[in-house]
Amino acid sequence: MSDMLTLSLAEARDKLRAKEITAVELTDAYLSAMEQTRDLNCYITETPERARAMAKASDERIAAGKAGAMEGLPIGMKDLFCTEGVQSTAGSHILEGFTPTYESTVSQNLWDAGAVMLGKTNLDEFAMGSSNLTSYYGGVKNPYTKQGSNQSLVPGGSSGGSAAAVAAHAAIAATGTDTGGSIRQPAAFAGLVGFKPTYGRCSRWGIVAFASSLDQAGPMTRTVRDSAIMLGAMAGFDKKDSTSLDMPVPDFEAALTGDIRGMKIGIPKEYRVDNMPGEIEALWKQGIEWMKDAGAEVVDVTLPHTKYALPTYYIVAPAEASSNLARYDGVRYGLRVEGKDLNEMYENTRAAGFGAEVRRRVLIGTYVLSAGYYDAYYLKAQKVRTKIAQDFKNAWGQCDLLLTPTTPSAAFAMDEKIDDPVAMYLNDVFTVPASLAGLPGISVPAGVDKDGLPLGLQLIGPAMGEEAVLRAAGVLEQAAGFSAKPALMAA
Amino acid sequence: MALDKQTVAKVAHLARIRVEEDELETLAGELNSIIGWVEQLGEVDTDGVEPMTSAVDLKLRLREDEITDGDYPDRVLKNGPSTEMQFYVVPKVVE
Repeated sequence: MSDMLTLSLAEARDKLRAKEITAVELTDAYLSAMEQTRDLNCYITETPERARAMAKASDERIAAGKAGAMEGLPIGMKDLFCTEGVQSTAGSHILEGFTPTYESTVSQNLWDAGAVMLGKTNLDEFAMGSSNLTSYYGGVKNPYTKQGSNQSLVPGGSSGGSAAAVAAHAAIAATGTDTGGSIRQPAAFAGLVGFKPTYGRCSRWGIVAFASSLDQAGPMTRTVRDSAIMLGAMAGFDKKDSTSLDMPVPDFEAALTGDIRGMKIGIPKEYRVDNMPGEIEALWKQGIEWMKDAGAEVVDVTLPHTKYALPTYYIVAPAEASSNLARYDGVRYGLRVEGKDLNEMYENTRAAGFGAEVRRRVLIGTYVLSAGYYDAYYLKAQKVRTKIAQDFKNAWGQCDLLLTPTTPSAAFAMDEKIDDPVAMYLNDVFTVPASLAGLPGISVPAGVDKDGLPLGLQLIGPAMGEEAVLRAAGVLEQAAGFSAKPALMAA
Repeated sequence: MALDKQTVAKVAHLARIRVEEDELETLAGELNSIIGWVEQLGEVDTDGVEPMTSAVDLKLRLREDEITDGDYPDRVLKNGPSTEMQFYVVPKVVE
């Protein structure tokens, strides 16, 4: 039964369809894996009964020849997606006990495709963080540790529970959401493939909102093929999301031809940052060689406003968050702490309900939107955002995709960096620019550092360029032959 | 632009988050380090640049102004911490 856990999503799908395994067997294997890896704290809520019922229904559909694209595949659902009848916390105390009476579009799409829900995965509070340490429900341990050390490392964030679960074989795949790097950075830290598609590709409806002009859902998987399959099931036009892309969903798996001959890969010189470890620089160079060996043409490009992306993001995202989080007022859902009047009830509820990082960002957002500062901060940031997006548009005149590192370091220890918010923000230096421009970006596990920790390379494409991104990612994956295994993995 | 304790207290009130007096100093320090860091955007020449308000080039869709959903107050109210007779209950607002 245990070797079932080593199957990729694509392999499991094929074995299910060939009736070599059943969805119930596969789900039971994963439910037992979740128990074995509970120490990692991947899940906030486990849903074993629902998983078994869904798996049984999948087996019936497979028997009837009606298997969907994700039929019988047991996944983790980031606890930022509202799931009907199952607590949805967003990692926050303020939403503890919140049980939606509706289902998010992306999760519904996955269930419609036959996926099985194992539970709701842990995350940074309201998806604000790069370590998963801001979760009210406790940090998540990365299943990887440095060779010869048992010090606990972070899985990255905000989709840290999803990353740890997939890496530790406590889910065959999981959903993530990415506002500034929350899919790609944890994927890099946990040796996974994490894909943030074009803004609007996946519906935001029913996802607890952080920064609405940036939030985008995507898959976290062990392989590029798995990513293509799962994204196909998640994506699609949704009239309930006003910024949903009204376009057909391509057959992403069919894009994995393995042929990138003649493709132009741009290397942005501004992504060489100070103090970047030599092994990340070396891995990037190696990635360039792999692309050349596969017949791609490599060109140097410039994205001159790259260094302004992070400060732009840390105005735009908190501003939108301060507005989105205004709804947590102790009236409609979640926590309420009484006060002597309505205002005091609001203030008490939000003081008790929000953690330190969320409070910081709501205050920053409120400040930059307040009278007298709006033009100097928020409007200025929106204008710089235009210039960052323009940099990418200019680059597409010279190349088809961009290749960069995903993160400036490997996973760090759970007790590092927490005191300095700006040092923590620097984790997202390579992922934030594509988020601001709304572009698809994928992280592919490409190597390990001197301590044996995974490192990722990122491919960024133009809007709606998912197929080219996946095609090149498949080639990168093949060339890298990433084979590291975490220290803690269910078997 | 340095945020003093008084400004932090004002912003916290605007955001409806109670902040204790003894937390204001630390919080002002943290917020100042973030604001000081984002102020580097002042270096960028943005004269004549339009602010970016949408991540992708698309026009917001219009739809018919008609009711397509609703009529289930129990589901809407289900998560309310205090509800009565299909209303949310809040502390007294008007005398």
